[in-house]
Amino acid sequence: MAAAAKRAAKQDGDVVPANDPPPFTREEDLEAYREMLLIRRFEEKAGQMYGMGLIGGFCHLYIGQEAVVVGMQMAAKDGDEVITGYRDHGHMLATGMEARGVMAELTGRRGGYSRGKGGSMHMFSKEKQFYGGHGIVGAQVSLGTGLGLANWYRGDGRVSMTYMGDGAANQGQVYESFNMAELWKLPVVYVIENNRYAMGTSVSRASAQTDFSRRGVSFNIPGEQVDGMDVRAVREAAGRALEHARSGNGPYILEMQTYRYRGHSMSDPAKYRSKDEVTKMREERDPIEMVRKRLVETHKVAEDELKGIDGKVREIVNDSAEFATHDPEPDPSELWTDILREAAV
Amino acid sequence: MPTDVLMPALSPTMEQGKLAKWLKKEGDTVKAGDVLAEIETDKATMEVEAVDEGVLAKILVGDGTDNVAVNTPIGVIVAEGEDASAAAAPRPAGGAEAPASNENAPAAGDAAAKGEVVVEKGGAPATVPAQAKAPSAVAKPPEPETTARPDVPEGTEMVSMTVREALRDAMAEEMRRDGDVFVMGEEVAEYQGAYKVTQGLLQEFGPKRVIDTPITEHGFAGIGVGAALAGLKPIVEFMTFNFAMQAIDQIINSAAKTLYMSGGQMGCPIVFRGPNGAAARVGAQHSHDYAAWYSNVPGLKVVMPYTAADAKGLLKAAIRDPNPIIFLENEILYGQSMPVPKLDDFLVPIGKARIHRSGKDVTIVSFGIGMTYALKAAEELAKEGIDAEVIDLRTIRPMDMPTVIRSVQKTNRCVAVEEGFPQSGVTAEIGMKIMEEAFDYLDAPVARVTGKDVPMPYAANLEKLALPNVGEVIAAAKAVCYR
Repeated sequence: MAAAAKRAAKQDGDVVPANDPPPFTREEDLEAYREMLLIRRFEEKAGQMYGMGLIGGFCHLYIGQEAVVVGMQMAAKDGDEVITGYRDHGHMLATGMEARGVMAELTGRRGGYSRGKGGSMHMFSKEKQFYGGHGIVGAQVSLGTGLGLANWYRGDGRVSMTYMGDGAANQGQVYESFNMAELWKLPVVYVIENNRYAMGTSVSRASAQTDFSRRGVSFNIPGEQVDGMDVRAVREAAGRALEHARSGNGPYILEMQTYRYRGHSMSDPAKYRSKDEVTKMREERDPIEMVRKRLVETHKVAEDELKGIDGKVREIVNDSAEFATHDPEPDPSELWTDILREAAV
Repeated sequence: MPTDVLMPALSPTMEQGKLAKWLKKEGDTVKAGDVLAEIETDKATMEVEAVDEGVLAKILVGDGTDNVAVNTPIGVIVAEGEDASAAAAPRPAGGAEAPASNENAPAAGDAAAKGEVVVEKGGAPATVPAQAKAPSAVAKPPEPETTARPDVPEGTEMVSMTVREALRDAMAEEMRRDGDVFVMGEEVAEYQGAYKVTQGLLQEFGPKRVIDTPITEHGFAGIGVGAALAGLKPIVEFMTFNFAMQAIDQIINSAAKTLYMSGGQMGCPIVFRGPNGAAARVGAQHSHDYAAWYSNVPGLKVVMPYTAADAKGLLKAAIRDPNPIIFLENEILYGQSMPVPKLDDFLVPIGKARIHRSGKDVTIVSFGIGMTYALKAAEELAKEGIDAEVIDLRTIRPMDMPTVIRSVQKTNRCVAVEEGFPQSGVTAEIGMKIMEEAFDYLDAPVARVTGKDVPMPYAANLEKLALPNVGEVIAAAKAVCYR
């Protein structure tokens, strides 16, 4: 593919080529639309439920960044692992985890993925190859590299997709992991979701090198910057990165240039950026609107069909909220379970 | 003035070694820096260099001699033209004249001459000057009781091996048994282990299962945990647990908590192992005993063996355990030889204490190297008519309190011993538990003997003061017996 060749992995700070990702088919655009919309509506509902006091503690919403995880999953193969930090609801839904189980975990109920013992930041699904859900910024990068090591050890052809934010990308263990991943040629794709703010600190105030695709240069890890608001660009770059890692060439870094519309967490007044900045991004670069527009204009999808999708998505989300509101809290005996596994010896 | 060439120490804990061969012969002229001889320990081979120029007048210990104690004169150098026969005059061991350049050497042989317990040596340079090492008398821990182990069938043959070999064998056996088990850490493969615990594993299992990491504890601990979450069974070696402070977030926040946070879905079968606590003269940053730290955390098991047999059986059990295990070894114990049962698959259950010595007058509870003080004290107490029962906890978490409580119910007195710090220490926990569960049985308050509440000093005398000693254990036992 010519476009792909043009955007070959850059190693030494080449200028990022203009973004003209190959088009999606009608079905692909529909799939991307459905998946992203599910995350959007789910997160909006989680925000509401937080406001109603049904969700406690921390709750970090993914609204605005949906194209990243959806595009990555569209390029992934069955068995590829996903691991991320605390802004994780979108990743769970994108890997196919049930909305009910995710929402019930947010409300701390027994039907939650961690039976109410993990919360927003700590959910897992072995079945869907989702390895969390981690609350210590950057810790998931070493863990994700370990998933890659397991793939390498077993030679099973799987790739670990290890997500982090622009904030986590400044943690020391990230570079320890980069070093070992390249040294041992581990199959890991590092996805740096640069949403421009590490909590309240903008990238330029926290990072000496703001081109995150170059963060692997000193380890010879190829990287590229990707328009993380365009799901087609994400999928295309993801395909390239996954192929690189799967073929035994070692890790690859994708800097996803994205944006979160909401605050860092529910309790963030977001005084560090202007309303105009957020509004401009929403109006001009919204990942879901971009696909919707294509569906209508290019693929000639009827409004009714889109409304049908919207309705189905709302149904799933409302059902999850209903379930998570009425599901009982964990039995008190759960306090003492899952601390250790029974040993055979 | 003839100068003795002394058997050098290669590491802070070396006690003896083999004089492999002389590279110079009697009558040879030597210059400073010339290699005189090669010596070997179970860990390494090193060269002995001449410090001064002169003539190698006499070789006192021949090629191929085993078990040469550190500081034994192995040869004599005289100045050129000096009467070589002067060298023949016998001199007491450790009486070598320290060269002016070696200002750090303590007054040679003082403590050794008095027969005191000294567990310390000089540093460990790559090539060792032939002269002026610190004193060498090293306390051997008493041989542990080896009869009547409830976990060993009667009539089992016992073979003597070092704790180091026992640990290596445990890993090798489990790696043969289960392809998901692998070792990673600094210098574990090609170097054969910084303390030679992984000796031979690379040769048997290859580089995929014996992985040398860069010096990057935080990163490789996290990678190990990630691999364990994915279902492999890593053994992560820390060169010492002092360096695990770099990695403690991954140990606590990722390894220990994920099972709970995932509602039981995501287990973490991993062993973090390596030497813990004080070695000898290595200063505050290399001497910390972390037993109490890790034992504070639900989701971890903390194992700290004393005997070679327990080291083997517990490490095998730890590798098979589906939980994250902190396996705390001790550099001083690595070289100790003790009997280990010759069994195909010898396992010691985690979480079970062992009554190492039965007695009726006072219970002494300890673990790891603390057992050396406890056992020596029990011997001394016996001479004074106090019959101490000594319990080796072996596992710090979960702690086998029923065994301790039963003993206290019998003796009504207890002394708890550890090398770690007193505040919030393991012995503090033992004392509290006894108060909660056996208060009415106590005839005296529980006493404890711990490391002193100071960062570990370097100076030999201060280090000795900072560590617990046998006298303190004896005094505490007498105090609780009101004697």
